[in-house]
Amino acid sequence: MLKNMYNWIDERLDITPIWRDVADHEVPEHVNPAHHFSAFVYCFGGLTFFITVIQILSGMFLTMYYVPDIINAYGSVEYLQTQVAFGQIVRGMHHWGASLVIVMMFLHTLRVFFTGSYKAPREMNWVVGMLIFFVMIGLGLTGYLLPWDNKAYFATKVTLEIANSIPVLGPIMKELLQGGTIVGAETLTRFFAIHVFFLPAVLLTLLVGHFIMIRRQGISGPL
Amino acid sequence: MSNQSDQHESSNKPPIRKEMSRRQFLTYTLGGATAFMMGGVALPMVRFAVDPVLRQKGEGAYIKVVEASKITTEPQEFTFELKQQDGWYLSTATLTAWISKDEKGKIYALSPICKHLGCTVGWNKNQEFPEQYFCPCHGAHYTKEGKQLAVAPKPLDEYRVKLENDWILLGEIIPNTIVK
Repeated sequence: MLKNMYNWIDERLDITPIWRDVADHEVPEHVNPAHHFSAFVYCFGGLTFFITVIQILSGMFLTMYYVPDIINAYGSVEYLQTQVAFGQIVRGMHHWGASLVIVMMFLHTLRVFFTGSYKAPREMNWVVGMLIFFVMIGLGLTGYLLPWDNKAYFATKVTLEIANSIPVLGPIMKELLQGGTIVGAETLTRFFAIHVFFLPAVLLTLLVGHFIMIRRQGISGPL
Repeated sequence: MSNQSDQHESSNKPPIRKEMSRRQFLTYTLGGATAFMMGGVALPMVRFAVDPVLRQKGEGAYIKVVEASKITTEPQEFTFELKQQDGWYLSTATLTAWISKDEKGKIYALSPICKHLGCTVGWNKNQEFPEQYFCPCHGAHYTKEGKQLAVAPKPLDEYRVKLENDWILLGEIIPNTIVK
């Protein structure tokens, strides 16, 4: 049945070459853990992406209940975590996944650094990877405020004070991020918009670039 | 010679075993493991999303509305307040019922929500249709028992009515039981 459906579409649109181009590429021996177990370090990038996918999915589902508003934010988070089936699990996935993404990304960066994979001709991919790193940090930062509890509130105050300490631009950046003169209603909606629309869009664009470049240039050779 | 060898082969034919090829086995294993992992990720989220549908609907509580002695054969409008928990938000909804009794003294309460498109009907609100419920939106009108006379496809809904210590208590809204 599925095969017939696939063939029917393939006859018309010739889709086989598209996925063949994505899927058919040899995994070199030195990055295959089946050959050298230590090659598992080459899995960190893929694992980071896997967790990123989980973050996007769990985040999408969380917004079904979450409200970015100072009166309802905490109540909605408490409700979805304590009243909705699997709420604790889904929020837990997003909560722990956020930390895990940073850890995995850091390990991936270490692997790239110590195998010297950032060297020519892959410098641009290293730069894009660094940009992804900053976007991820930004996602972690903006997401932290959203539950609107004490920890979120004061962590955001601290971050904004750090931004404030930048010479000349600091006060402007702080007010821009804050959306006003205090950490309040406008800060919350602003952080929500950045967290669920702006940064994910930037992240996906950068990831596409990251993956196209690695396919173009191939995985760096053995040590 | 060849004949003999043919005979030899056919007599020693191994039993046909439906063996899975190595490739097929690996495909199934990989597919199964992938499905298991994706299921582990997706199932909690799906259950999380469909929770409102699967939630146990609480039996509607009855609310004290009016003393039974105040009810006449002429429908009267009464409002009452219903506390409703809407997710994390507790609110008070104001509901309206038109309560009257029939010739035998049986008390019934009609919901004023028009069965055409959900506007609010009222008793004796239009001179063209005296002694009827009338809807200002599209001119639907109903008899005293809620029987639809024009436009609307169904009779007006009823509230469940309970009598306790000469007080009328109203419960959830149900389809009209007096007329069809």
